[in-house]
This record gives sequence, structure tokens and C-alpha cells, in this order.
Amino acid sequence: MAARGCGGVWRRALQRGRGGSCSASRLRRAVACNARGGAVPLGQSGLAPWAPIVGLEIHAQITSNSKLFSGSQVQFAAPPNSLVSFFDASLPGTLPVLNKRCVEAAVMTGLALNCTINKKSLFDRKHYFYADLPAGYQITQQRVPIAVNGSLSYSLCKDNKMSQMVTKTVRIKQIQLEQDSGKSLHDDARSQTLIDLNRAGVGLMEVVMEPDMCCGEEAAAAVRELQLILQTLGSSQAIMAEGQLRVDANISVHHPGEPYGVRTEVKNINSIRFLAKAVDYEIQRQIKELESGGTVLNETRAFDSKLGCTVPMRDKEGKQDYRFMPEPNLPPLILYDAKSLPANVNHQQVVNIDWIHERLPDLPSVKRAKLVELYGILPEHSFTLMNEDGLMDFFEDVVKQTQMKPKKVIGWILSDLLSHLKQNSLTAKESPISSFFLADLLNLLENGDISSSAAKQVFEELWKGEGKTPLEIVKEKQLELIQDQEELEQICQAAIDEREKEVMAIKGGNEKVINKLIGLVRKATRGRANPLLVKQILEKKLSE
Amino acid sequence: MAAAEPLRHRSDALPARVYDVTNRFRWRAMRALGLCRWLRGGTVRAFGLGAATASSALPPQDGVTVEVLDHLERLALVDFRDAEGVERLREAVRFAERLREVNTEGVEPMDSVLEDRCLYLREDDVTEGSCTAELLKNAREKVEEYFVAPPGNIPLPELEERDTFLKRS
Repeated sequence: MAARGCGGVWRRALQRGRGGSCSASRLRRAVACNARGGAVPLGQSGLAPWAPIVGLEIHAQITSNSKLFSGSQVQFAAPPNSLVSFFDASLPGTLPVLNKRCVEAAVMTGLALNCTINKKSLFDRKHYFYADLPAGYQITQQRVPIAVNGSLSYSLCKDNKMSQMVTKTVRIKQIQLEQDSGKSLHDDARSQTLIDLNRAGVGLMEVVMEPDMCCGEEAAAAVRELQLILQTLGSSQAIMAEGQLRVDANISVHHPGEPYGVRTEVKNINSIRFLAKAVDYEIQRQIKELESGGTVLNETRAFDSKLGCTVPMRDKEGKQDYRFMPEPNLPPLILYDAKSLPANVNHQQVVNIDWIHERLPDLPSVKRAKLVELYGILPEHSFTLMNEDGLMDFFEDVVKQTQMKPKKVIGWILSDLLSHLKQNSLTAKESPISSFFLADLLNLLENGDISSSAAKQVFEELWKGEGKTPLEIVKEKQLELIQDQEELEQICQAAIDEREKEVMAIKGGNEKVINKLIGLVRKATRGRANPLLVKQILEKKLSE
Repeated sequence: MAAAEPLRHRSDALPARVYDVTNRFRWRAMRALGLCRWLRGGTVRAFGLGAATASSALPPQDGVTVEVLDHLERLALVDFRDAEGVERLREAVRFAERLREVNTEGVEPMDSVLEDRCLYLREDDVTEGSCTAELLKNAREKVEEYFVAPPGNIPLPELEERDTFLKRS
């Protein structure tokens, strides 16, 4: 296949050995961008570029009341083995009964990812032995999954600049329904494992992405977009920290034009940030290994977040033979659309693809476009609004309650509020400043009651969360703009009288020095003077 | 291609099961198979009736090699135990091989007789669970309502290190 990025620009690392004072930092991580805009790490010698290939397998836990094949409850934290039915514990004589909600969730996700929904899909058994898999097999869909051949579009900041966003696409190979396994707690001290089957049997959607990505940043952006889509659809809450979204990365490197390299699988990735780190580390590790003459083993590695590196996993023994076999207890799953819907059918027993399609909510990409159109903000602004949890709702609340234009409001939201939130690791919902107070503050600013620097002071005060309204703070700290023209003129005159040297310079033609006088006035008024007005008054006085 | 000869009695169709304790039907099945083969001629690979005493020096023609047996022991955690166990496996393979005589070109494989049935869809209600005590009743070891299992997967030792019949075959 044609090398990706052909026709692109390959920037080569500086050649080694130029003089004796070649610093290591120049050679260390020279990265070129190919035509697709992705980062391609160059080797140390800078001669042959490496093309990394990243594919992802994502397991998303379906949001439903009960499990995929049994009627026990799905809940995150519960007393051990309290949400387990006889089927989940794999006691003899039990049979799987498919949950309609899980099927609908999978169809919704498939439609949102532009997949072809298979009207007839089959269930299979995947056999392997592990203590948290009581049956010794997992019911999955290996031969004919519920949805195939989709695509996911995501946005990346090019060269870390928010203003240059590129849209990329990754192909979705398939989406399948499968069972989750239980949880094992390893007690190394007593050489035993404690098994909790509360999670065993919970419905999962496995989203298999084709290896179309080439670096950690792309993988992270794709997963973030998928997370937003799942949360918008409601098919999964997709919180990685609670294990509702699990990502395994398959990584390999090769020279463009040559056959693909050996790939490794990286597991135990617990957040999107760690995903990017794990992928980048593994790419670098493989490049280093191959350049020093070694080989890459086809193995499974775990990501150690504390050390920031991947280590081989003990428990995986070579290539597993899962002995897939058709699940004999489940007939094929038949889905219908408006055309194929048979008459005289019990509607509860039917999953109608068209019916679900009509009721799909607005996907994140559509929502972003709507924000841009509705509020006149830039695409990268709407990207950040949607990216941060709860920020979009906060923004819309403020806009509703203030007279300030959304274009100006967005500046306050993205620079002031967001930076404070990030510094304190808070989400928009946890903000100590409510949207009501912020709207109040912006109204004061818009009406000309305070200057923008005073507004920033009020913002800091509000951030302390002591419950005072913006107006109270303004009165308390006496931050109102001086409206009295006379008072302003007096202060300006005082500044002119004080600084004779500057006055001479201005009168001599150096106009920039007036800023010094404006600064003086600002200090004297403690930010309560409108700078434009001050400039006008000063200019008038100086020209007299 | 001729279809398989109809079996004279259903018991002739007994698959040779590895776990089968009784030997009663073994000789009957062997004789019936042998007879069928003789009647049909040489379409099936000719195995002698003395397969039970097959020399271990010859590589088996049915693909049941020591590597395959080791692989199966590892995957399914069964123990073939002795030559009789291995022979039962061979019989099972031979029995299944007869399916190849049927021309199935263009025919979709059937994996379940339920394939025309409707897959029942359950409403998403919580109807089970909260039976921790019952579930743990039969557990040999438990710790505070958790099941106790050995740590991780203890892999089956390699062939050289195992004390198994397969090494001597």
C-alpha cells in the first residue's frame, strides 16, 4: 500500500557529527509532520523515517438497569457478589436471555458512528480460563457482529495551536455486544485472588477501530470524541475512571513502503492523558529497540502510570487460542427497519433500526456547529466548550442572564473561568462562581459601572466563594468607575503637575509617554478610572 | 459424490467421547465403522482395525500428533491419561471426518436447530440478584463475601516438565 504521507513534507533531523558540539537535545525527539498532519518520529540517525501505526479496541459498558443476559442489577459500587444472578455465577441449568435495551444501545452507537447495522447478527463463545470468568467462556459476537464498517471524525490542534484545527477520520471495523467479566482483587500477601462477580455479565460494546492513527495525540482525540458521542447518546456514561470505558492500544512501527512491523498490545490505561503517554512511549520504545538491532515481540504490555512506561504483562501466555464456537443457546439476533417490519408483531419484541435512527440526539459535531452559528463564536471555542465537562451548559446559562454579547462572554469563560478551574482541578459544575454571579459581574462591566481590570479583581474575590454578590464586592472595595468628570479632571491635572519631565516629552512630540501618565492616574484611582476617558482628558489638557 | 451410508442403528452413531467411562459400545462402534468402510471402498482414509495398537513411531495420518494433544490439554485442561483416551479422541475425529463425504458447497452451515426461532428480548428490569449467601454456600473458601481463587493463572507446565502419558507416546 502506498506509504502514508507521500507527497508530504519530511523534515530530517540535523545530521550528527557536525563539529564536536552537537547537543543531544537536537537529536532526541525530532518529529516531522506528514501530509496528514500527524507527527512521525524520526530515528536518531535521521535517515529513515518511521511510520507508527496505532489501532484501538475500546470496551464501553452499556448504561442499562440490568445485565446483558440476566436480570441482575448494573451498579458501580455495591457489596461484593450482591448483584449476581445464578446465570452470572454460571450455575448449571441457567440460560442467557438477551436484554433489549443493550441491543438498542448498540444500534444507536452503530448509527452514530455511520456503521452498517447487520440485520442478522450471531453470538459466539470465546473460551479461556480465568477465575473471574465463571463459565470458562465469554459470550461475544465474533463472526457476525451487530454493526460494521463505520467511521469516527475527530479534531486535532495542529502544532498545538488552537486556531489551526484539523479534522481526521478513523474507520470503525465493527461494534459487537459482549459480556463483561468479574473483578479480581489480587492478594499477593496471602497468595490468593478475591473474586467479585458483580460486574460479570454486564453488557459491553466493543468498538474496534482500524489502525488509522499514528500517535498518542490522535488516539487520545479519537477516544475523547467517542466518549462525547457515547455520553450524548446515553448508551454509555464512558467514564474511564470508573472502568466504564476501557481502551487497549495495538502499536507497531515500520518504514513507509515496507511491510508492517510486529505489533504489541498495551493494556491498563486508565485515562485519556495516560493513553497518549502510553502510545507515545511504546512507539519510542519500539523505535529504539529496532534501531539498536533488537526485535519487537508480539506481546501484551501493561502501562505503568507511575513510571510512565510499558512493562510486559506476566499473565498472558503467548498467543491464545480461544476456540470460538457458535453460542448454541441463542438464535440469531434479527433487527428490523421500516421496510422489513412484519405485520402483526409484538412491538416489545422488535428492535426497529429506523425508529431508533429518528430519535438519535444531536451528535457533538452537530452541537458544535450549532454553537458556532447560534452564538457567533469560533469553532475552536465551541470545541473547548464541548470538550470540558459542563462548560457548555455554564456558558449558555451565563449568556441567557447577561446583556453582554456571547463573543465577549466566551473570552471570560475560556480564559478566566477555565484557567481557574484547571488550576484547581475542578469541573464547571464545581465552580465556586455560579453562572448567576458571573452574569451579574459581566452586566456591571457591560453597563460601564466598572472597568475591566476592576472586573478581574471582582472575579478573584468571587472565586473565594464567600457568597457575596458582585455588587457587594464592588461597593466593599470601592471599585466603581469614577463617573464624576470633575474628579477625573482633578486627578489628571495632579498627574500632569507631578510629572513635568513627561509632559515636556509629550509636548515635544513623543506621544507614547502619555501611557505613563495614564498609568499614574490608574494607580491614583486604584483602577476606578475609565482608561479611554482618562486618555481623552489628558490629551485635552496637554494640548491646552 | 455418494452420500454417507445410512447407519443401521442409532447407537452406531455414538461419538467416541474422551470422558466416556464405559467400554461397552466401543467394540460395536469399531466394528460398525469398519464394516461401513469395507462396504464403501476406499473413499475414507483406510485405518486398520488395530488402531488401538498403532505404533508410536509412525506419524499419525489423522493429524492427532503429540503437539496437538499437548495443545488440547493446555486449552481445555483435560488429561488424556493413557492410550485409550487418545484413541477415543482419534475415533471421534474419524467419526467427524465422515461429514466430509457430503457435498456442502453453497450450503450455509447450521450452528443451531434454533436458527429459525425468534430470539426473545427481555425488558430492561432488575429481577434477580441479592442472593449472596446462596451463591457462596458451595464455595470451598470465601473471604468476606468474596470467592477465593488461586493467584492469577497458573500455566500448565511445558510438556517436558509434566508427568504425562503424552511424553511416552
